[in-house]
Amino acid sequence: MIRFDQVYKRYPTGREALAGISLHIAPGELVFLTGHSGAGKSSILKLLGLIERPTRGQVIVNHQNTGAIKPAGIPAFRRLIGMVFQDHKLLHDRPVADNVALPLIIAGVPKREIDKRVRAALDQVGLLTKERSRPLELSTGEQQRVGIARAVVAKPKLLIADEPTGNLDPDLALEVMKLFKRFNDVGVTVVIATHDVHLIDQFAARRIVLDEGRVVADSGTVVTGGAATGLDTPTPVLA
Amino acid sequence: MAGAVKTWLARHAQTLVGSLGRIAQQPLATFMTMAVIALALALPLFLNVILQNTHTATANWNQAFDLSVYLDRKAGLERAQALARQLRARPDVAAVRLITAEQALKDFRAASGFGEALDALTDNPLPNTLVVTPTIAASTPAATAQLKAGIAGLSEVQSVQLDTEWVQRLTAILDLLRRVVWLMGALLGGGVVLIVGNTIRLDILNRRAEIEVMKLVGATDGFARRPFLYGGVWYGLGGGIGAVAVVALAIAWLSRPVAHLAGLYGSHFELHGLGWQVAAGILGLSIGLGWFGSWLAATRHIRAVDPI
Repeated sequence: MIRFDQVYKRYPTGREALAGISLHIAPGELVFLTGHSGAGKSSILKLLGLIERPTRGQVIVNHQNTGAIKPAGIPAFRRLIGMVFQDHKLLHDRPVADNVALPLIIAGVPKREIDKRVRAALDQVGLLTKERSRPLELSTGEQQRVGIARAVVAKPKLLIADEPTGNLDPDLALEVMKLFKRFNDVGVTVVIATHDVHLIDQFAARRIVLDEGRVVADSGTVVTGGAATGLDTPTPVLA
Repeated sequence: MAGAVKTWLARHAQTLVGSLGRIAQQPLATFMTMAVIALALALPLFLNVILQNTHTATANWNQAFDLSVYLDRKAGLERAQALARQLRARPDVAAVRLITAEQALKDFRAASGFGEALDALTDNPLPNTLVVTPTIAASTPAATAQLKAGIAGLSEVQSVQLDTEWVQRLTAILDLLRRVVWLMGALLGGGVVLIVGNTIRLDILNRRAEIEVMKLVGATDGFARRPFLYGGVWYGLGGGIGAVAVVALAIAWLSRPVAHLAGLYGSHFELHGLGWQVAAGILGLSIGLGWFGSWLAATRHIRAVDPI
């Protein structure tokens, strides 16, 4: 699903965010990217969403070499990925249902189909009763769940999340993580960047530890439930 | 396929209505923008209406290619009749009408109201006059000039006046003014494009976060731009309606004094309004300008929005 091959990322400020990252994530995996702030977690996700381009190296997502995607091809590429952000990135002047519907409207899905799928997505995150509310009327945890519903409504094969529990108290954070786990259980590849190691200890999932733009530890693919496709045995690699 | 077209049309209709709702959220700012567009378009439009009316009022004068031939006051009626016959024989003359000095004085007395003053005159100060109408073939400026020279050379002819001279001058002035109006229209039309463009630019800056989110979930620039294009269309439509209304009001306000003035000249001239074709054309034009202005701004500024 995802392959990084000797990827470097240097920002115009001169900061080197990624220094030779190579990793492979198989379809159906649940992966936590951890490390201190500035370790490169966000940079990896930004490369996955084509928000940034690598300075050097190759990023392959879903059999597509992202280096070959021209600016005009970025929107179509992003529609195949669900993205969840720490600050939710919701449209505050529109009701919850319209926020969730946005990816489908962009994709030109017929109205009746949209209504059905929006309700299904809101049901999955437990917010069916809030579909007419405005995002600001909801709690932070609920807003994050709206963001997740929006990310999954178009049924992407890859879901990426940058610090999705960053603003949540531990109970809510656990709820949100379980939600991601449920999507992973039905076959979605999920990559989550988080620094909350206590939270991810509760999940049997692959953990990639980054430091100063390098992979310093990779627990390897963890066989989880029915969705596991990786055949590698989990062998922690310590730097 | 038909379903896809239907979905597409439904989306556009929704965006169209949605963008109207959005600009209606700031009624004062929207009104100001539309008012500026309306005034910018109303000025050349109004001048054009005035020009059109002047043109209509003087159109029949253009046909007056007559030469007025004033004879010597010593020349008698017989000499005038002989000259008329002589001129009628010319191949480039279509008709000759004799206005006797007596007839001219009578007309003048009737028209001027100087009746009693004229009675004081011992003899008629007016000459016999021939009104010469050239044939259509000889109505070109060169041919009429030649005819004029030929008649002026005849004996007993005091002077020859080409009645078209001042009409030609007027036509030339009107042509010049028409160009000025077009130029003004083009400049102010450019102004409308800039006004809409700037309004849309500010609108985009205000909605930067929203555009960013749309791009993050896979919207193309075209999709993000669409509501702004429709916004420009609404500004143009509102401004166009305003311009037509302003001009219609101005004409209504002026029509009575114009009719009164025309009446003083014994004319039944009436000020003509815009007509629905011109009004529809102006609406179409202003919508086009609004769309173009927003297209220019939106294309540039939406491309510049990069999600972070």
